[in-house]
Amino acid sequence: MFRLLQIEFIKLWNNTAGKLLIISYFALILCMALIAAIKFDIGPIEFHVADQGVFNFPYIWHLNTWIASGLKLFFAIVIVSMMANEYSHKTLKQNLIDGLSKKEFIASKFLTVFSFSLISTLFVFILSLVLGLCYSDFTEISIIFSDLEYLLAYFVKLIGFFSFCLFLGVLVKRSAFALGFLILWFIMENIAIRFLVWWLVGKEASENIMRFLPLESMSNLIKEPISRFKAVKSMVAQVGEVMNKDYAVHFSELLIVGSWTGIFIYLSYALLKRRDL
Amino acid sequence: MIIFKEAHGRKKIIIIIIIIILYCNKTRSYSSSRHEELKNKPILESILTVNNLTKKFGFLAAVKDLSFSIEKGNVYGILGPNGSGKSTTLGIILNVVNQTSGDFSWFGGTTSTHNALKKVGAIIERPNFYPYMTALQNLKLVCKIKDVGQDKIEEKLALVGLQERRNTKFSTFSLGMKQRLAIASALLNDPEILILDEPTNGLDPQGIHQIREIIKKVASSGTTILLASHLLDEVEKVCSHVIILRKGEKLYSGKVEDMLATHGFFELKTADLNALVTLLNNHASFGKINQENGLITAFLKEELDALTLNQYLFEKGIVLSHLVKRKESLEEQFLTLTNTPTTINKI
Repeated sequence: MFRLLQIEFIKLWNNTAGKLLIISYFALILCMALIAAIKFDIGPIEFHVADQGVFNFPYIWHLNTWIASGLKLFFAIVIVSMMANEYSHKTLKQNLIDGLSKKEFIASKFLTVFSFSLISTLFVFILSLVLGLCYSDFTEISIIFSDLEYLLAYFVKLIGFFSFCLFLGVLVKRSAFALGFLILWFIMENIAIRFLVWWLVGKEASENIMRFLPLESMSNLIKEPISRFKAVKSMVAQVGEVMNKDYAVHFSELLIVGSWTGIFIYLSYALLKRRDL
Repeated sequence: MIIFKEAHGRKKIIIIIIIIILYCNKTRSYSSSRHEELKNKPILESILTVNNLTKKFGFLAAVKDLSFSIEKGNVYGILGPNGSGKSTTLGIILNVVNQTSGDFSWFGGTTSTHNALKKVGAIIERPNFYPYMTALQNLKLVCKIKDVGQDKIEEKLALVGLQERRNTKFSTFSLGMKQRLAIASALLNDPEILILDEPTNGLDPQGIHQIREIIKKVASSGTTILLASHLLDEVEKVCSHVIILRKGEKLYSGKVEDMLATHGFFELKTADLNALVTLLNNHASFGKINQENGLITAFLKEELDALTLNQYLFEKGIVLSHLVKRKESLEEQFLTLTNTPTTINKI
């Protein structure tokens, strides 16, 4: 297992473009800390984001994982090209001839995706912990470590999404086209399927089906946290609306994304096995 | 079958079960006998055995029912015109092309294919490496894949003469250098067998010469080599055994010298042709005798050297003006085997 990771590390780390993208991805996550620096100072109104309670435990886990998961699209470029380059450089063929089995090849890619998701999750955890300890109103241990399921959801979401990217890389073989296909798939899921079912059966059925589609199920894992924010809540209350939204991470949602991960990895392997190179 | 048709319901099921049991027994006894066979194998170490290999691309069969085996220590050539299935065959045994039917086994079938490939060095068509990595980085990666130490890298780079370029990116290499790097990479694990597919394709004469020198060096160290090529002189110069393919079918496999006319032939000229022909016809060593433009071509049935023949004819009163002993070239044999009219070459 360690050998497979090493193989993939050599391939990625010696690629200047790949290295740059990986570093900038983590740098962008780090930039989340800059939210703390947002300060409006317009005469009598003084607004400092960090003082508004956005960094309160345990809300910070939800907010930060949600923002960080928005950056995953950026990292998708690395994952897709990591796979598609093997085809365009024909090194996949050479790897197999040199004695890597097709199973090992997919395993090495998946292990890389797994490690990146893990590192990214740890990174977000440490960053949020530091930000929270600096700005949070509550710093009791029990509060700090509540709602940690958002981190698990973040991890599962990343693995699911990157596995999808891997599969697209194997399927399409060209990084640019694979990314195009990813966007096309997103449009298809959100417009074609959502409205087709809505139109044919009804709104409820449409939402039920959407829950099971890969990209939608991934985005369902962590719901948007903005409307949960106290200031927003009070604003909504002033208008006279009451919001009852479920923000929790559900086990069934984790299971759906987990299954998609399995399906994508298996399909990549099956496709690779069937193909003549 | 008749019994089966007459039987109904439960009887039918019983018959089916019996058939299944019989079938299982049969396969079991087959596999055990096969096992015995493997145990009592001759001392000749088999590197690769290919049985009834077939590959179809749609309707087109690229490889048809191909069987051959490769033994340790020999240098094999796979010969065939373009599109005869050479590369497809190599692709199948190297795990990158899926066969339609048939099977192959490496090293007596004791290890899985991908583990066996770690003991094989292979170059297929063009050299494939990561263009953004240097020669050294690429070789280190291959070491990791083959699961061998990195201590051989410098030695192999020296063998192919790429030591000064070890820290240059692969994308800046010329084709000849890329090909040499591929050979170095194939040799990293000191392979049991080196497989080369058209290694001199697209190279300039100097490059071709360099590659051949390297192949000869490797062959002299006792490594088994499998060389696919359509360049006959290449195969003739290097190989001891040859497999000839045409349209995916095997036409010949065996030693190169067995394939060439067994004992060669004499080309003779003299003043009195008729006397010579009668004399040769009565000689036990000669088979077919052709006469063309005053030149007699006499094919040998058994070994006979030029000196003995000359002396014999002189004693019989015939003085030769022309005496040459030749063997048929691989090219002539190859063209006859692949049914291409040789006359084209003469024009």
